[in-house]
Amino acid sequence: MRRWNWERVVSILLISPAVVATAIFVYGFIAWTAYSSLTKWNKLLPDFTFVGLSNYRTLFANQRFRIDLRNTVVFTLVFLVACLIIGFVLALLLDQRVKGEGIFRGIYLFPMSISFIVTGVVWRWLLNPGSPQLGSTGVNLLFDELGLGFLKTGWYTDPKIGIIAVAIAATWQMSGYTMAMFLAGLRGIPDELREAARVDGASEAQIVRRIIFPLLRPVTLSAVIVLGHISLKIYDLIVSMTGPGIGFATDVPAYYMWDTTFRGNHFARGAAIAIILLFMVAVLIVPYLTWSTRSEAEL
Amino acid sequence: MTATTRDQPRTTRRPFRWQRVLLYAILVASALAFLMPVYVLLITGMKSFAEVSLQSMWDLPKGLHFESYAKAWFGSEAEGFRGLNVNFMNSVYLTLPATIISAMWGSINGYILAKWKFRGSEVLFPLLLFGMFIPYQSILIPLVQTLQKINIFGIRFYGTIPGLILAHVVYGIPITTLIFRNYYANIPTELIEASRIDGANIFSIYRYVLFPLSIPGFVVVMIWQFTSIWNDFLFAVTITSNPATQPVTVGLNNLAGSYIVEWNVQMAGALLTALPTLLVYIFLGRYFMRGLMAGSLKG
Repeated sequence: MRRWNWERVVSILLISPAVVATAIFVYGFIAWTAYSSLTKWNKLLPDFTFVGLSNYRTLFANQRFRIDLRNTVVFTLVFLVACLIIGFVLALLLDQRVKGEGIFRGIYLFPMSISFIVTGVVWRWLLNPGSPQLGSTGVNLLFDELGLGFLKTGWYTDPKIGIIAVAIAATWQMSGYTMAMFLAGLRGIPDELREAARVDGASEAQIVRRIIFPLLRPVTLSAVIVLGHISLKIYDLIVSMTGPGIGFATDVPAYYMWDTTFRGNHFARGAAIAIILLFMVAVLIVPYLTWSTRSEAEL
Repeated sequence: MTATTRDQPRTTRRPFRWQRVLLYAILVASALAFLMPVYVLLITGMKSFAEVSLQSMWDLPKGLHFESYAKAWFGSEAEGFRGLNVNFMNSVYLTLPATIISAMWGSINGYILAKWKFRGSEVLFPLLLFGMFIPYQSILIPLVQTLQKINIFGIRFYGTIPGLILAHVVYGIPITTLIFRNYYANIPTELIEASRIDGANIFSIYRYVLFPLSIPGFVVVMIWQFTSIWNDFLFAVTITSNPATQPVTVGLNNLAGSYIVEWNVQMAGALLTALPTLLVYIFLGRYFMRGLMAGSLKG
């Protein structure tokens, strides 16, 4: 390869636009945001007077931001657990040589192809709780008609569980994706392994616990990473479904960031929220990225 | 795993019949749950205004009315809201060029990173990929500031479709590069060595050897980019503030957020917005799956 020197140069030249663009638009911009978060720029015109960590201090003392962090934790837990359980069960069932598997798979997966905005608009209508005067509506009405009236709740209008209602809509959209990942993982487990365990007298439950679970660990990790970073970044769904809600019941940091930056002109504060978000995502992503590109290089 | 082992009946533990029944019952029930929002979306969009009410939202429409679709598309001057037609076309003008440009660019990056490895390219790759996971809030403020300043050959980038194309192409680098790099890594290096002996260089290898083999790769990448650009809301709402230049997701959010617009029109608008990506999913679903798997890094 050494002889082809001009081609080495050309190859570097061909990759360099992507490198330069990433250096500026990703790393440069992140640095710019990070610096902005340390300044006094909380009005329309930029003011880069350095104020240290005071924006962060204000944020962590801020009631709205604390509620946002709590909402993010609740949302992530509900969304992640629901997607993993539904995705795993559906994948396990679909792996039983089911007739019409393609159709089922298609139905579970299609929500993934549409925008969170569409999902939000539809689910706002579905989870509209109605009122005592006008009667139940949406899913509540369905519960009434099915004799399941005790399941009725205020959904996203209830400050206690509002964020869970949003997580339900998100789960509808992403659990099929989780199913697809698990299904691909299951198909990678050789049948012989299961057969051998059956010959040895293992029950189906034991096979799931002792063979399938451990072998699906890498797929589960990928799913957790993908779902986790979606839930930390969730914004569109909140905008179209509920907005920040009463008492910020359905507010999240990503929403607060946009609101305070582009509506309130608190650029430094918005930048600080963005950096906190980035930090949370990086804690999740960086180890995974190092691990997965390294194990790829070993192959 | 051969077909013969797959088709063999399970001799050791054949599931009872009722287990099969239960299996299909769960699968069908889940499918109905996944389709429930679509049912409501379809029937509500076809109802007339007189018929649409929260109390009868689960009932089938009494006749087929398509006025809601006309209203969602053209808007209503009498009621004072804009239709989605302009926004829909904006999305077309945004999505098509952005998809093609980012696929071409990703293909070149993938080619270099898979077949022209240089010292440091193994470090460069994860650094490029990181941009795929960042919350875009962390680059949003500098992005707006930069787009406001740049003006190339009289083309403005802030508040315009070219600005959105730029953003989607740049932030599409990681995923398109990843998919193409993994795709080209599977093409045997012997093929390239052989064409080198025949006197091919870095350009002719790409043009005559790899590019003709890349069609499936292009399909996967273009479907992925098409879907994510069409469905994007964050860049759209931040970069374009004039309703006449906003893409369809923002248009739908405005339509649904305005209290004068009836539910049937909102649902019709939601369906119109979802239709292009839904059609892509229905007709090219297989490739859609591959894109999803690539999106989880370990394809």
